[in-house]
Amino acid sequence: MAMVQPRSIRARRWGAHLALIGFVSLIVFPLLLVISISFREGNFASGSLIPERFSLEHWSLALGIPWERTDGSVIQPPFPVLLWLWNSIKVAVVSSLLILMLATTSAYAFARMRFKGKEPLLKGMLIFQMFPAVLSLVALYALFDRLGQFVSWLGINTHGALIVASLGAVALHIWTIKGYFESIDGSLEEAAMVDGASTWQAFRYILLPLSIPILMVVFILAFVMSIMEYPMASVLLVDEHKLTLAVGAQQYLADHNQRWGDFAAAAVLSGLPITVAFLICQRWIIGGLTAGGVKG
Amino acid sequence: MFTTNASRGLPRHRSRHVAERYSRWAMRSLIGLMVLALLWLVMAFYLHGQWVFALLFLVLGTSLGVVFSRRSLMSHRYIFPAVAGLGVFVIFPLVYTVGISFSNYSSDNLLSQERVRAQLTDQSYQAEGAAFSYSLYQAGELVRLYLESDAPAGDNDRLLSAALNLTNSEVRRAPTQAVDGPPEGEPLPMRSAIQARDALQALRLQTPGGTELRMAGLRQFAPMIDRYEIRDNGSLYDRQEDQVLTPDNDIGFFVTENGERITPGWPVNVGFTNYTKIFTDPDIRGPFMQIFVWTFVFAGLTVLFTLTVGFVLASLLQWDQLKGKAVYRTLLILPYAVPAFISILIFKGMFNQHFGEVNMILEALFGISPEWFTDPWLARTMLLIVNTWLGYPYMLLLCMGLIQSIPGDLYEASAVDGGGPITNLMKITLPLIIKPLTPLLIAAFAFNFNNFVLIALLTGGSPDILGASTPAGTTDLLVSYTYRIAFQDAGQNFGLAAAIATLIFLLVVGMSVVNLRLSKVKV
Repeated sequence: MAMVQPRSIRARRWGAHLALIGFVSLIVFPLLLVISISFREGNFASGSLIPERFSLEHWSLALGIPWERTDGSVIQPPFPVLLWLWNSIKVAVVSSLLILMLATTSAYAFARMRFKGKEPLLKGMLIFQMFPAVLSLVALYALFDRLGQFVSWLGINTHGALIVASLGAVALHIWTIKGYFESIDGSLEEAAMVDGASTWQAFRYILLPLSIPILMVVFILAFVMSIMEYPMASVLLVDEHKLTLAVGAQQYLADHNQRWGDFAAAAVLSGLPITVAFLICQRWIIGGLTAGGVKG
Repeated sequence: MFTTNASRGLPRHRSRHVAERYSRWAMRSLIGLMVLALLWLVMAFYLHGQWVFALLFLVLGTSLGVVFSRRSLMSHRYIFPAVAGLGVFVIFPLVYTVGISFSNYSSDNLLSQERVRAQLTDQSYQAEGAAFSYSLYQAGELVRLYLESDAPAGDNDRLLSAALNLTNSEVRRAPTQAVDGPPEGEPLPMRSAIQARDALQALRLQTPGGTELRMAGLRQFAPMIDRYEIRDNGSLYDRQEDQVLTPDNDIGFFVTENGERITPGWPVNVGFTNYTKIFTDPDIRGPFMQIFVWTFVFAGLTVLFTLTVGFVLASLLQWDQLKGKAVYRTLLILPYAVPAFISILIFKGMFNQHFGEVNMILEALFGISPEWFTDPWLARTMLLIVNTWLGYPYMLLLCMGLIQSIPGDLYEASAVDGGGPITNLMKITLPLIIKPLTPLLIAAFAFNFNNFVLIALLTGGSPDILGASTPAGTTDLLVSYTYRIAFQDAGQNFGLAAAIATLIFLLVVGMSVVNLRLSKVKV
């Protein structure tokens, strides 16, 4: 870059490194702390970052295995963390697949076809995407409450309701995929259609195989958003064995009974896979997130 | 850009493959089945008197049928599922919320008027006369009730019912006859009485004296009388209190002659009452205004702090003299990668006043131990600290992308002219990134304006505002405030919550319109 270099460049470089290291340690401290706490004995243990009295108690409880203390007393796991994680993953996979299907087909139409009402629809989607679901929770609750009278798998306290409700968040993904489709030249599909392919076939056999990367990104994005979804799950799910992780995890830190150590183990256990997945896919996810301007 | 064959008026694409024609038919019958299922739902809702939901599914079913049966709407088939999802789960709830805001829908006014009437007419009270304790005796497949008066008066003190089938729980009358003592055999255990409770409650036993006995407790039958009698003009006559209840459709309750309300009531349209309440009722207006201001302050400060931290870090990471940028970058976006519901809870534990690490460190270093969760200002400070931690990586990523797109020769020219870092910042970097950044900042503002998860998981709105008639906390945002009114308050005032939600809708619409203008979205 600059050919004209100030003399103090060395000092400034060291200064920058020091500032960054200081800031990074401040940022990472809570995360390291939680890992450390998950290995400490008891629920209120304090101490240094490297635990002095190492114990696998919290990890064993988080994995659902009863733990026997040295004094012989046996502690039962307080909450079914693995079940919650499984619920979360189940809901997230199904809803992301559905979102992916809906978003891809409509993104195709928006990117490639001319039809009535296209512009107002696209703009309307952008506006409605900014309304958080938490504002219409009363209405959503009423909707699923009534639906449950006739269709039992869509009632309150079902995963079906949670999955279906997440379809409202499809607008953001339509925009992401549409942008990608528009970056692909349409002449390939046109050639196929001249040769007698139907619109659907041109989409299915020409465009879709070219778009696998963006589909992966949208899937991961929808998956992460679904895992983190809190307001709707907190209203729609009631029974302990039906909860998703986002709703269940807070029970560890209920006001009158704080299980700090147990929470730490459960948090690392369930948060680590998501965090690692996010970091691996960060390049693509961040592109999608910063384009849409939201984080769930 | 092209359209489908159909909308260009070209002939139908005829597949040469049989398999494809089959799949086309499979598709058609699937759509047909879905339309039928939706119409069934419409009927079900309609028969239950829930015409709003009936209308919703009628619109859904018809549009599904129309879009998939008309060839000219071929393009719309592709967007239909997504648009339908958006319609049912975003737009309909929105409209319905606005609708609720004009009603008094709450836990007191929940059921329809017919259901309220049915609930009231189900009520009965114990008339003059002694109660009977009862026991059950097996009689072949069936069961007899043996009743013994608690206050024997001579006649009809011991009664025996006809043999009854206690698996049937419909309301029915059954005769009894006077007897001298219990029938032969052992009485059935209490358990079977509990099992047959529904059937017993539905029994109306006729004594030889002409009174009617009903179950009045788990172990008792007593002469019971329907409390309310339906009059022709729709009012109810209360036999016990000897008064007439008239339905008042302005407030959604039955009222007595003195104007007392009888709960439960039913939801009715109350016009702008909920809105006027927000702005005139001092117990609601005070907390509402306080929360309103705090919501703006919170969102504004969050954007300011996250942007400042993000921008400074981005400028540092952009400096080409720095080594190890990739490592720093990964570590710096860690807060973004950890699921928010976990990191927020981590902070909840860390800020705990008694055993949290933050207070332990502060105690060791400065000998202070702030009450993060009970002092309003400290709680707000904590929220801002946590939210800055959560939100700066997003700003960092945005700023990095934008700074990268600034041509390097601008800085070169500045260096030649003797410009320092401050000049570069003020004259080159900021002016160039502020324009593309603005719409994203507005989006971030709108997101934090409605940052429900943070409040719900970290403070839950507490500490509470004193003297508020609805649950309201000093750290509540408008969204969490509506959530608490609707789902945590004992009164569950859905109408009021919906009115506040509607006001937030308007604010969000305003923000997103400004946003669309600024970002000049090309469609």
